[in-house]
Amino acid sequence: MQLEFISVFGIITGVIARFWPVWIALAVIMVPSYVYKKKLGLYGQLYDSGVGIAGLLICLFWLFTAIFASTISPFNPLQQLVVMKDALPGAIDPDTHKVFLFGGDKLARDVFSRMVYGSQIVLIIAPAATGFALMVGITLGLPAGYYGGRIDSVLSFLANLVLAFPVILLFYLLVTPGIMDTPIPYAMAGLFFLFPIIFFVVLFWTRFKNRPDRLYVLLAITLILGGWIYAGLVFDADPLGIVHIAPNQLNIFVAVVFASSPGVFRIVRGLVMDIKTRDYVAAAQTRGESPWYIMLWEILPNARGPLIVDTCLRIGYTTILLGTLGYFGLGLAPESPDWGTAIKDASRLLRAVIHPALPPTIALMSFVLGLNLLADSLREQSMKD
Amino acid sequence: MLTFIFRRLGTMVLTMLCLTLVVFFLINLDPNLKKLAISQTEMHTSAEQLEQWLVTHGYRENFFVRYGQWLGVIKKQPIINPQTGEATQRFPFCDDPTEPVYSGVLEGDFGCSTKFRTAVAKKLFPALGATGILMFWVLVVMIPVSLLIGILAGMREGSRTDRTLSVASIASTATPEYVSGVIFTVIFATWLGWLNGSAASTRNGITLYNFTLPVITLAIYGIGYIARMTRASMVEVMTQQYIRTARLKGLSFRSVVIKHALRNALIAPFTVIMLQFPWLLTGVVVVEIMFRYQGFGYTLVEAASNNDIDLLLSCSLVSVFIVLITQLISDVGYAFLNPRIRVQ
Repeated sequence: MQLEFISVFGIITGVIARFWPVWIALAVIMVPSYVYKKKLGLYGQLYDSGVGIAGLLICLFWLFTAIFASTISPFNPLQQLVVMKDALPGAIDPDTHKVFLFGGDKLARDVFSRMVYGSQIVLIIAPAATGFALMVGITLGLPAGYYGGRIDSVLSFLANLVLAFPVILLFYLLVTPGIMDTPIPYAMAGLFFLFPIIFFVVLFWTRFKNRPDRLYVLLAITLILGGWIYAGLVFDADPLGIVHIAPNQLNIFVAVVFASSPGVFRIVRGLVMDIKTRDYVAAAQTRGESPWYIMLWEILPNARGPLIVDTCLRIGYTTILLGTLGYFGLGLAPESPDWGTAIKDASRLLRAVIHPALPPTIALMSFVLGLNLLADSLREQSMKD
Repeated sequence: MLTFIFRRLGTMVLTMLCLTLVVFFLINLDPNLKKLAISQTEMHTSAEQLEQWLVTHGYRENFFVRYGQWLGVIKKQPIINPQTGEATQRFPFCDDPTEPVYSGVLEGDFGCSTKFRTAVAKKLFPALGATGILMFWVLVVMIPVSLLIGILAGMREGSRTDRTLSVASIASTATPEYVSGVIFTVIFATWLGWLNGSAASTRNGITLYNFTLPVITLAIYGIGYIARMTRASMVEVMTQQYIRTARLKGLSFRSVVIKHALRNALIAPFTVIMLQFPWLLTGVVVVEIMFRYQGFGYTLVEAASNNDIDLLLSCSLVSVFIVLITQLISDVGYAFLNPRIRVQ
């Protein structure tokens, strides 16, 4: 059967039109921010340079794409329409008269919708995994840098041990279907997900231990919220059924956290070793503050600049790691629309058809580029002060 | 200096022991052993026979005994037939001993690859050689290009050249190998037809036609990072007093950059280049799979996906060794290049 096509101009306007919720959201966020940039601190300073605006624009674009994915994409990412197998960009589906803007892939799915839904997977896992890695790295890096000595030697040795592993080997060992039958991923998840709870409990305890009225409220919130998420993620036993994660997703999540937390640890440790020689730390020590109070309330806030920059870069790096996992077919389901899996599927057929390969590659590249530009401009702004 | 190197070497050996133990543990998890038994026996083998295969081939012995055997501090045992008492080789395809001997990594025996049905050494070293050639060309492309970009950008901070080159290097660090590989293949192989999208034909000789794509794909990811580090180092050097003195003395900008700034600015990139090796290792795996080049990365993936225990252990040993030795070289080399540290 002969397919009908729309023109190149039609494809471009069609794509722009499909992203309408993103454009509205971008305008709502960015125009007021630009107008009031003087009053918005570090975030406002991003609008001073072209690089900063570009980085922010790209990151927010993908964020809103992920949020509005179901509105933007015309098709279900898993739906197969047999006539559209390997259809070129702009092909019109004869039944519904809807357009496959970027064509169809070898399993006759809409490439455009898959790219849009792929952003959801990436934008949930990458920042969340980076967040957990940050918690683990900070909680272990603070004492290592502050106390030095034996704690530092042991923790640094462990961190170097993980860093000496080539990432790809680590993933091949940790992300296999077989390992989900063993308790290892759950034990690791149980360990890693404990760190945020410990972090916040210590954070509030050191600050408010003389003000029980505030302390008990904050501790109760931390423990209930943390325990709820913990039960949902590790034991898949959320009583309300809201927090849920599939075993294979838990597996890649844990592997990514494991691979990136030693990097955070090293950065935090270095920063702490630098900052602990400052006068305000000595002042706090003279006041008789406890070591953890100094670490969490004196040193950590002053290390935030480099940490924010590193977090931006690390989310990008985690995105690349997720893509690597998808490219090697590890962990994620074979029909999953994430960008790495899509690149793997398409790259095997590059001699025959190229159009399914380009949208996911460009999407992944642009998102990581946006994060790197953002990090670069944040670094420049924080150096100015 | 010597005590420093010896201490580092000691840590290195300890790290390698710990890491191989971890790999050994993960590889010998029960589901993985079952998978190995299934792939090594005939189709439709019953569960008892699979278990029997694992027992006779020594996979059910104590974990530490087996690790010791692999390491070469405990004797490797042949298969003893319970009825006749006759000893046979565990794996006939790679000269396993018929009597108990110490034959492990420490004795230079890397074991037996169950996937390729040959001794690990026979498979691994040619693969390492192939990857060595690839790495050589990658470094030949990567180092001059990245240093040049970094120096040109850092020479005049904030200029138009600096901004353009900086954005270009950020873009290149944002492009992992599987992305740039696809894009290059589409442009140069599918559209223009200048280059071959597969490096499988390199066995009959390496040519510009079949080897360019893997090399530039692998180089591009590292170029951005090294260039940015070189730029940062160059910018720092250019603000130093001695550069201003040289300029005020009336030297031309060109000669200040080449004679005074370059030598000091290139110390930091040396460390960065050495520390790039671990990243290149992951890139090698992606590129070798993508372009079908039979090197170390290809061997690693084959070993991992077929649960080839000895081969995967040797692969991890090699990669961990590369990571640690480059760290050592970068530390020692940094001390050598930087007189301020050397004198201390």
